[in-house]
Amino acid sequence: MIIKGRVHKFGDDINTDDIIGAKYLVSTDAKELGKYCMESIQPDFTQKVQPGDIIVAGKNFGCGSSREHAPLAIKGCGIHAVVARSFAAIFFRNAINIGLPFLEMETVDKIKDGDTLEIDLTSGIIKNLSQNEVYKTQAFPEFLQSIVSCGGLINWIKAEKKKEE
Amino acid sequence: MGYTIAEKILAAHAGKKEVWPGEFIDAKVDFALGNDITAPIAIAEFKKTGFDKVFDKNKIALVPDHFAPAKDLKSANQCKVLADFAREQKIKNYFEVGCMGIEHALLPEMGLVLPGDLVIGADSHTCTYGALGCYSTGIGSTDLARAFVDGKIWLKVPASVKFVYKGKLNKWVGGKDLILFTIGNIGVDGALYKTMEFCGPVISGLGMDDRFSMSNMAIEAGARAGIIAADKITKAYIAHFKRKAKFYQSDPDASYEKVYEWDVTNLEPVVACPHLPSNTKPVSELKDVKLDQVVIGSCTNGRITDLRIAAKILKGRKVKPGLRLIIFPATQKIYLHAVKEGLAEIFVKAGGVFSTPTCGPCLGGHMGIITEGEVCLATTNRNFIGRMGSPKSFVYLSNPAVAAASAVRGKITHPGAL
Repeated sequence: MIIKGRVHKFGDDINTDDIIGAKYLVSTDAKELGKYCMESIQPDFTQKVQPGDIIVAGKNFGCGSSREHAPLAIKGCGIHAVVARSFAAIFFRNAINIGLPFLEMETVDKIKDGDTLEIDLTSGIIKNLSQNEVYKTQAFPEFLQSIVSCGGLINWIKAEKKKEE
Repeated sequence: MGYTIAEKILAAHAGKKEVWPGEFIDAKVDFALGNDITAPIAIAEFKKTGFDKVFDKNKIALVPDHFAPAKDLKSANQCKVLADFAREQKIKNYFEVGCMGIEHALLPEMGLVLPGDLVIGADSHTCTYGALGCYSTGIGSTDLARAFVDGKIWLKVPASVKFVYKGKLNKWVGGKDLILFTIGNIGVDGALYKTMEFCGPVISGLGMDDRFSMSNMAIEAGARAGIIAADKITKAYIAHFKRKAKFYQSDPDASYEKVYEWDVTNLEPVVACPHLPSNTKPVSELKDVKLDQVVIGSCTNGRITDLRIAAKILKGRKVKPGLRLIIFPATQKIYLHAVKEGLAEIFVKAGGVFSTPTCGPCLGGHMGIITEGEVCLATTNRNFIGRMGSPKSFVYLSNPAVAAASAVRGKITHPGAL
């Protein structure tokens, strides 16, 4: 799967309250949540996002709460992938489970706000088309690939149960 | 080669002889939890699976505690989703307002989570129960939906990091200070994807309420779990529960990715400053932080011991005029204790409000939102930008003694200074 889009750059420790404030947790709809993504730290963020864009961030992205509303809001506002130096554990599994593509990359500092990236999720290769650079990242382990390739955990369970029958 | 408590519990629940850090396992859970924010998504996802019955109606808890008693129409709808699902699936542990308490105080109090268990909860502070010597971890709504189906969870086995606390604690210093001190040292990703194991003579001397405060905030260092080996204090706490518990100890030759050892004899109460729990300072260094609001409660510090400490300080004193003091006990049982012991009266006479159990103010939900420019000191667990309301407000975190003393003075204050 190839994802191509413009980069929106964020720093370290972007937490789930930054991604979607608690006052919006009265909805479970990705599109509705998407309207308020990153509101408290970058009020004009959702206006800048074009469908297919990519978030690039520092360490510990998605720290804080377990709210699945956070990856849903990111997806809902039109972001197609997140690249970060590291991800908080619950955000990591939520992103896998709902099928929000993401990659871990040590050298995120090389990527600048506004760069255009082309991400190959299967190989983990990221091409920076603006800077003419190529970054190799770790593709998901097999177990996680199997969930992602099913389109998320719910479809994976259905597939597993079918196998058993 | 030995194993840590976490590795032993995970192996037992995955039906394996041993597990190794980094390994993916599919494990059976003893208990699964959702609340009024996370369970509605889980219930919707469960319905998509085509399964019509949950794996075990006795091993699931649904607790409407975040925006309950319902703060508005949308919250009321979310709470109703839980109530309807509980009725339809005959889920035994659904806690309607009146029985409801903050989930992470309520479940241990009811004996629903015990030493040796594998517990998952669609709430990041599910790590609280690690204080009982179980493996308890926060997961997402879709994970919970899957657990509803077959009672299982996929996990990557975390490496363990050991934290040894030595020395003797000062007056007014407790579990909250130890965990803030720890997070201040290692950072908000200092234990990213690890199991934290808290031990040493200081931990052995802590009561359960202080231990819950510590394990509760393991997530604020990025950890999957914060475990304290069950001992005689744990045994006394669970003595009146019927279900059998399993007591695990880490082997002497268990492998830890890192070991921290601290003498905490000189530790004074710790305060986390805006906007990260790792931004800590000893209370004496905060000279002139004026406050608009003080909040005492939450899954971190809303237990009876916390309220007793606050009452001890507030007895016969008054809250600084112009400051709002909001106290919310974590469960109905704690509420009743506070009334019987006369704590509620002390709080009200001091000029504070004594609220029904709710997560409300901690996450900026309701019952104490702060506006632009306001400063709040809270015994809660997070002080991110906008956590309790306006993105232009400021949240400091402390133990209940510092919070109570600060409410009296109107600025951040060492309890010994009153």
